[in-house]
Amino acid sequence: MARAELMDFDAALERFEPVIGLEVHVELNTKTKMFSAAPNPANAEFHIADPNTLITPVCLGLPGSLPVVNGQAVRYSISLGLALGCEIAPSSRFARKNYFYPDLAKNYQISQYDEPIAFDGSVEVELENGRSFTVPIERAHMEEDAGKLTHVGGSTGRIQGAEYSLVDYNRAGVPLVEIVTRPIIGAEADAPALARAYVATIRDIVRSLGISEARMERGNLRCDANVSLRPRGQEKLGTRTETKNVNSMRSVERAVRYEIQRQAAILAKGGAIIQETRHWHEDTGTTSAGRPKSDADDYRYFPEPDLLPVVPTRELIEELRASLPEPPAARRRRLKDEWGFTDLEFKDVVNGGLLAEVTETIAAGASPAAARKWWTGELTRVANAEGRDAAELATPAQVAELAALIESGVLTDRLARQVLEGVAVGEGSPQQIVDARGLAVVSDDGALISAIDDALASQPDVLAKIRDGKVQAAGAVIGAVMKAMHGKADAARVRELVLERAQS
Amino acid sequence: MSEINAEQVAHLANLARIALTDEEIEHLTKELVQIMHAVEQVSEVATPDVPPTNHPIPLQNVFRDDVVGHTLTVDEALSGAPESDGSRFVVSAILGEEQ
Repeated sequence: MARAELMDFDAALERFEPVIGLEVHVELNTKTKMFSAAPNPANAEFHIADPNTLITPVCLGLPGSLPVVNGQAVRYSISLGLALGCEIAPSSRFARKNYFYPDLAKNYQISQYDEPIAFDGSVEVELENGRSFTVPIERAHMEEDAGKLTHVGGSTGRIQGAEYSLVDYNRAGVPLVEIVTRPIIGAEADAPALARAYVATIRDIVRSLGISEARMERGNLRCDANVSLRPRGQEKLGTRTETKNVNSMRSVERAVRYEIQRQAAILAKGGAIIQETRHWHEDTGTTSAGRPKSDADDYRYFPEPDLLPVVPTRELIEELRASLPEPPAARRRRLKDEWGFTDLEFKDVVNGGLLAEVTETIAAGASPAAARKWWTGELTRVANAEGRDAAELATPAQVAELAALIESGVLTDRLARQVLEGVAVGEGSPQQIVDARGLAVVSDDGALISAIDDALASQPDVLAKIRDGKVQAAGAVIGAVMKAMHGKADAARVRELVLERAQS
Repeated sequence: MSEINAEQVAHLANLARIALTDEEIEHLTKELVQIMHAVEQVSEVATPDVPPTNHPIPLQNVFRDDVVGHTLTVDEALSGAPESDGSRFVVSAILGEEQ
């Protein structure tokens, strides 16, 4: 549906009540995959790998190969369940979800069905407008990720018109936890913002647990957004659509908003919503129809005969509970105090979904003020301009390194912005970019003095004014020197030297 | 337990991507009904005080340490592929989408 045909958001809210449900897939960062000893590409150590090199016979479902559960993945899943306020199942088992698609070679995905590891939880989510919301969690279950298909031929690279597809099974078998909310009712006009804030909260939780890299642009964290509308006063939930793989926090908010407006336009004309999956298109900010989806898709689930039940002991659960990081709300209060941020400054960080980034940047050695400044300032500005999330542009380690370079006088803020530009396009670490682009501040006084003397000589009137004690006149000389140095000088040092040279 | 009918068998065959003739469907329906009846006998002895069997082998919590093991080379991984581009499996254009 073209944007012009959508119903105005406020008008849609007047007539209909939105109900959303969110499914978030979290790739765990264990060393190895869920059911085999293959390296896990969702672990930063193995992120860069050639296709089909992180593979064992289990990943390919070769005859005779048998899965064995990764104990660490189970512990991570229990920790996540506990952090989501869930009950941990005394006994839990795996199930086969049968479907034919070449993203998994065995024609089924090992998942959990009737006995998920964790269920019945809730997550406190704070919205930008200060409203706080409790999101009910239905379940969190363990499963394996699928391989990656690249569609070749056709004009768009998407499925329609493809002539053949290339399959890389590196991702097949990566440990996943799927977190499913119950229908979220009552968010009203905040529904899109709540969806975004919920994903940001899940991201903060898994980051603070240290169980996932949680980088949405790499697919470590993926969100499917269910949206339905019901006319005001109607009890029965409306027909829902499921928008798949919305892969940035910003897109989550936009996709929910779009679906509300699209469905409202159809319903207002007396039309019916088709229960289906929908694809999100980042470029146009729209969704398009995928496949029809019934409530009971016929996956013929049955208990996985190759795996044994997971029966966590009370001791293990309590041990994991004891080692949980503090709850997000308490943690936020503590960090705000520790960092000495004002309410407004702290809100900027939280609302920007940058709490984890700032925390980790400080842990990597940056001052709280510098960490906040770069994440909520330049990185957010560039991210907004490019329609991306700031977290996609740089890592906390890179920002900490940048802050250190500024601290030690190698970079000015202005040069640092150029370095960040390089970091964002993957040119390397800040130090590498400083070296490669020759961006370091000119700290050689000799070079500065020579430029200053030239500038003073060409502006004798300014020189006379400075000598008369009109120090502010030095600005013109400083400007000329900074220009001659292509901005690669520390303005404060230049000023000092200008005043010194003017008197000599 | 409900009876299984020809329509359900045809649906299952379709889900399993198995082409069946009408005769085969009729034949399989009869067989499946018999199998289900045989299995039903279990419920006659399974009184409410008998806990359900989760797995035929009385074992649980068999876990692997999170340690990287032996992996296949690309050539080994692709050796059974009907077609490849040297690093990835080539499959025919897929109608449908990821689940």
